[in-house]
Amino acid sequence: MELFQLTAHELAEMLKKNEISAEEITRSVFERIHAVEDQVRAYVTVTEEAAYQKARGIDGEKREGKGAGPLAGIPAGLKDNFCTRGVRTTCSSRMLENFVPPYSATVVEKLAAAGAVFTGKLNMDEFAMGSSTETSAFFQTRNPWNLDCVPGGSSGGAAAAVAAGEAVYALGSDTGGSIRQPASFCGIVGLKPTYGLVSRFGLVAFASSLDQIGPLTKDVRDCALVLNAIAGHDPLDSTSVPGPVPDYTSYLASDIKGVKVGVPREFFGEGLDPGVKEVVQAAVNQLAQLGAVVEECSFPHAEYALPCYYIIAPAEASSNLARYDGVRYGFRATPEKGGNYDLLEMYMRTRSEGFGPEVKRRIMLGTYALSSGYYDAYYLKALKLRTLIKQDFNRLFDQFDVVVSPTSPTPPFRFGEKAGNPLVMYLSDVYTIPVNLAGIPALSLPCGFVEGLPVGLQIMAPAFGEGTLLKVAHAFEQSKPYHLARPRLKGEAAEKGLAHAREMSRGGK
Amino acid sequence: MKLSREEVEHVALLARLDLKEEEKERFRAQLSSILEYAEMLNRLDTNNVDPTYHVLPLQNVSRPDKARESLLREEVLRNAPERVAGYFKVPRIL
Repeated sequence: MELFQLTAHELAEMLKKNEISAEEITRSVFERIHAVEDQVRAYVTVTEEAAYQKARGIDGEKREGKGAGPLAGIPAGLKDNFCTRGVRTTCSSRMLENFVPPYSATVVEKLAAAGAVFTGKLNMDEFAMGSSTETSAFFQTRNPWNLDCVPGGSSGGAAAAVAAGEAVYALGSDTGGSIRQPASFCGIVGLKPTYGLVSRFGLVAFASSLDQIGPLTKDVRDCALVLNAIAGHDPLDSTSVPGPVPDYTSYLASDIKGVKVGVPREFFGEGLDPGVKEVVQAAVNQLAQLGAVVEECSFPHAEYALPCYYIIAPAEASSNLARYDGVRYGFRATPEKGGNYDLLEMYMRTRSEGFGPEVKRRIMLGTYALSSGYYDAYYLKALKLRTLIKQDFNRLFDQFDVVVSPTSPTPPFRFGEKAGNPLVMYLSDVYTIPVNLAGIPALSLPCGFVEGLPVGLQIMAPAFGEGTLLKVAHAFEQSKPYHLARPRLKGEAAEKGLAHAREMSRGGK
Repeated sequence: MKLSREEVEHVALLARLDLKEEEKERFRAQLSSILEYAEMLNRLDTNNVDPTYHVLPLQNVSRPDKARESLLREEVLRNAPERVAGYFKVPRIL
C-alpha cells in the first residue's frame, strides 16, 4: 500500500520507528492530490508549500529528539469554513471568495500544535447548506467511489479527500448531518461530537445551537486520536463545556458483550432504500453476534425532527448571515456602470449577488419564521418539538447504551437527481438531524455496500458518550473491516481491500 | 401555508435580499411547500411543553474582565472591500 492510503495511526507508528519521514508522507499525499484531484475535485485551496515546510519542521524536531504526538507530521485537510490565519477561507461562497482571516479557529490551532500538516481547504456546500456539495459556488466535488455520484454534503470535499487518499484525515462541521452523511456516502468514519465538546471559535457559523466540529477519518482509531486533539474547553467559545477530556483511544475495544443497542423502528420505515436497509440490518445483526443485546424500540417524534430542523436551522442562519453586508469583509457589489447606490441598495445588491440560491432560500425561510406574527407558529413551535425530541432520546438512553440507524436513507445519489427539489434533498438528512437537535454525539461507520457504493451505520449515544460510540464502532470495524476498502479511481487496479469488502457484503467472511 | 408574492417581497426586504422576478416566483413556490410540510408540527399539542433554545445547561458564562490584545487594525481592514484612513468606507448616507 502507498503511504497516502494508510491511516494516521499507521503512519505515526512508521514515523516513530524512523521508517519514513513526515516529508515523505506529505509528498505521497500531494502526489496523490496531483494525480486524482482532476477527477475528485475536493480542494478549494491547496497549501502545498506551507505543508512541506511544516513537515520538514516536524522531521527536524524529531531529529532533535523532541517528542511528537500521534498526529505530528500527518497531513490533514480542513473544510473551508474553518478560519485559517493567512489562508483564504471561502465557505465555498462568492461572498467570501477572497476572505483571508486574520486568526485561526481553535480546532486549527489545536491541530497545528499537535503537529498536523495542513494540506488545504476542502470544498463544501455554500455556508454548509446542502447535502450533496452541489451548492458550492465554485465546483462540484465527486464521489471517489463513483464519479457520477455526489460525495454527500456539506462536508463533501472533506469526505471525498479522505476516501481518495488526498488527506489522511479531515475536519468537517455537522449542523444536521454534514459530517456523517458524506462519511457514509464516501465509505469513511465521521463523528459529530456532543454539542459543546469541541470549540466552535473560528468556525463560520451556520446555525449556532446545532453546529459542531468533528473528524472524518479512515478508521475508528484515527477518529479517537483526532477527537483527543480537538476536544476540550475553550474560553473563546461560551458554549464550550468545561471539564476533563478522557483519552478516547482507551475506549477502543473488540468486546461489546452486554452493550444494550436500541433499534428505533421509525428509522427503518418508509423512505428507506431496500438495499441500504438490508446492509444496515446485517450490521445490526453483527452487533448481536459480537455479544450486544439488540432490541427494537420506538422514537415516537422521529417524523417531526426534519420540519423542526428546517425551521430552527434557517432561523439561526438568517441571523448569522446578517453579518454579510459588504462593509467589513467579503464581497461587495459594485454600482451600475457610472451610477451610485445608497447604503440599503449596497446591502441588498451585495447579498443578492454574493449568496447562492440555497443560502438565499434558507435566509428567506428563517426570516419568515422569525418575523412578527409567525414567530410563535413556526419558531417557538419548533423549539417545543425540539424538547420532545430530546425527551425521546432521554427515554431511549435510560434503556440503551447506544441507538443505531442507517446514516442516510439512500446510497450516494447522482448529480442533479435531487437538486431541483429542496424538500427531497432535505430528506437526505432525516436520520441525522434528530441528533443535532438533541445535542448528542453520533458516528457514521462504513457497514457495507449497495451496488458498489458505501453504506453507513449511524451509532448514537447520550451526551458525552463518545467513548461508548468509539467502543461499539471499533468492535464492529474489527469484525467487519469494510473500512479497508478503497475506491478505485480512473487508471487504478482494484484494491485487494475492495474485493474483500465486496465479498463480505455478499455475506461471506 | 401558501405565500403570496407580496409576502415574498416583504420577507426579502427584511432579509436585505434584492430578488429577481424569477427568484420571487421560485421562492414563493418552494417556501410555500416547505412551510406546508412544516405545518405537520401543528398536529401535536405542545401547550405544556417548554421550548429548548439550547441543549446545554450552561448559564451566565463569563470570563475575568481583563484587557487582552485585539487583532491589529491593519489586518482587520485588509479584508474590507473599501477603506479609508483606518475606517471602513460605505456609500454616503446623507
